[in-house]
Amino acid sequence: MTAVQTSPGELAPKSAGLKQVFQDTMVIAWRNIRGGLRVPDTQIYMFIQPIMFVVLFAYVFGGAIPVQGVNYREYLMAGIFVQTMAFAVAPASVGLSDDMHKGLIDRFRSLPMARSGVIAGRVISDLASQFVVLIIMMICGVIVGWRVHNGIGPFLGGVGLMLLFAFAMLWVGALIGLAVGNPQVAASAGLIWLFPVIFLSNAFVPPETMPTVVQTMAEWNPISAIVAAGRELFGNESIIVSDAWPMQHPVPAALLWCVLITVVFAPLAVRKYKAAASK
Amino acid sequence: MNAIIAEGLTKTFGSGEKAVKAVSGVDLSVDEGTVVGILGPNGAGKTTTVRMLTTLLPLDSGRATVAGHDVVREPQAVRASIGLSGQFAAVDENLTGRENLWMFGRLYQLSSKEAKKRADELLEQFSLTDAADRPSKTYSGGMRRRLDLAGSLVIHPRVLFLDEPTTGLDPASRLDLWDVIRERVSGGATILLTTQYLEEADVLADRIVVIDQGRIIAEGTADELKAKVGGERIEVVVHDPDMLHRATEILQRGSGGQCQVDEHTRRLTVPSTAGSKGLVQVIRDLDEQQVDIDDIALRRPTLDDVFLELTGHKAEEKETKDDQQSADSVATQGGAK
Repeated sequence: MTAVQTSPGELAPKSAGLKQVFQDTMVIAWRNIRGGLRVPDTQIYMFIQPIMFVVLFAYVFGGAIPVQGVNYREYLMAGIFVQTMAFAVAPASVGLSDDMHKGLIDRFRSLPMARSGVIAGRVISDLASQFVVLIIMMICGVIVGWRVHNGIGPFLGGVGLMLLFAFAMLWVGALIGLAVGNPQVAASAGLIWLFPVIFLSNAFVPPETMPTVVQTMAEWNPISAIVAAGRELFGNESIIVSDAWPMQHPVPAALLWCVLITVVFAPLAVRKYKAAASK
Repeated sequence: MNAIIAEGLTKTFGSGEKAVKAVSGVDLSVDEGTVVGILGPNGAGKTTTVRMLTTLLPLDSGRATVAGHDVVREPQAVRASIGLSGQFAAVDENLTGRENLWMFGRLYQLSSKEAKKRADELLEQFSLTDAADRPSKTYSGGMRRRLDLAGSLVIHPRVLFLDEPTTGLDPASRLDLWDVIRERVSGGATILLTTQYLEEADVLADRIVVIDQGRIIAEGTADELKAKVGGERIEVVVHDPDMLHRATEILQRGSGGQCQVDEHTRRLTVPSTAGSKGLVQVIRDLDEQQVDIDDIALRRPTLDDVFLELTGHKAEEKETKDDQQSADSVATQGGAK
């Protein structure tokens, strides 16, 4: 501990401030996880859905979708990971709109807690649950024949990228949840646009099989960049015949997309929170 | 020492033609340790006023201090001195009662240990110990309100805001909650409560502020307000129209006040100061004089009477178009069962 001589009035609130932000964030994250785990929806979302997707795609579509020259199950897995990370939109939007709806945000705002705690706590808890989901899916993946070929470093990089993408998508979810303010609407508004976006990518099939216009959209789709980066980092076979820049340089493209999404949506979500909370 | 001071509070929602003045110039001063009841119909601006005083809503104009702190300049200091229990129980329904109280304690910046201890005390005090480890969504309406109230008392707040604490509760739970609130009153906290029920304000508050369309229209003790609207009345519906005259004489003799007669409905109304004793006397006299009656009752003035007297319109009439409606209904969609 370094003692800095300042008048206590100036220093104390600041250092207490940071510690308080951290503490309050953790309390909110705790309550999200603790309460969330008691809700059947969350249990299904966290423990059933990821297994279901891996098994469904691997065994049902796996035989019917031949991808030239690669092991489809290996090809597929990064796509499923990314899809599920994108679904982070759902818990964020439903969670925040539910708190809004039930008046909990008001209660929190009447307490002498850090203002950022509610949103930061939501981000931490959702990121933690996405991490658990990712681990479950990877274990399932290994069981159905998915392997990592590039060693531990790139593998960890891949895991990090998946979580970074989930983090970016959380802000999109937070914005949607705060904008609609009703958990039922948030649940569908959060996901309905995601499916076409995910299917219009290289997640499940190579874009080369699509008509030219659709193919171009797929190649520039952020999802494609992240999926391609995942495949590269995990060392899963993929045939990239596209000249599009994101397909040629998937890892930098993926990182750029994550940063871009976060930079755009995080401030919007925070602004929406402030506006919505003071109505 | 004033625990709450508000001067010229105003709040308008929306803008342009749609602008609605929810609060237009409210002044309040509440002495330390007293209970003030803000009485008014739906949409009168009660909730908006509370939301401004509890730092949830910025003021359009005016100024306010709560527990000695300015709500605009020192919101965190205000928050650290108040408890707020809302109209719609804002507790986390997936958490147990104990977990909710622990969480509120932590967010009031108590240590984990202190928060735990305080949660135990409050559960005991609010008779929630048996249900302490059940998710609060399994609680009855009354239990949930008690938990919500307990949540607002975690830090022994200097000023407690209760926004329609019993709205939507059944009569038994309401009485139960009144007891709980009265016990707290003896604890010395300053309380500001809003209510639509005159009886509730009467039972709980030292002083009542009547608010309508964002303005204070009357202020005083319950007795003063009741005196304004004429206190209790005895109402009699006689069976035989020919008996109206005789009944009128009996009633006037009994009360000494002016008897109002509605010949069409055969209804007589007379002010009464003797309460139920007066009622019994009137029944005896009517019986002696062989006046048959269809109905008789001792009527206490209601919010409607107060409003009718003070504003010339009924409390409910203006509900539809009202201002705060939008703000209220946002909150309403919530915990209401």
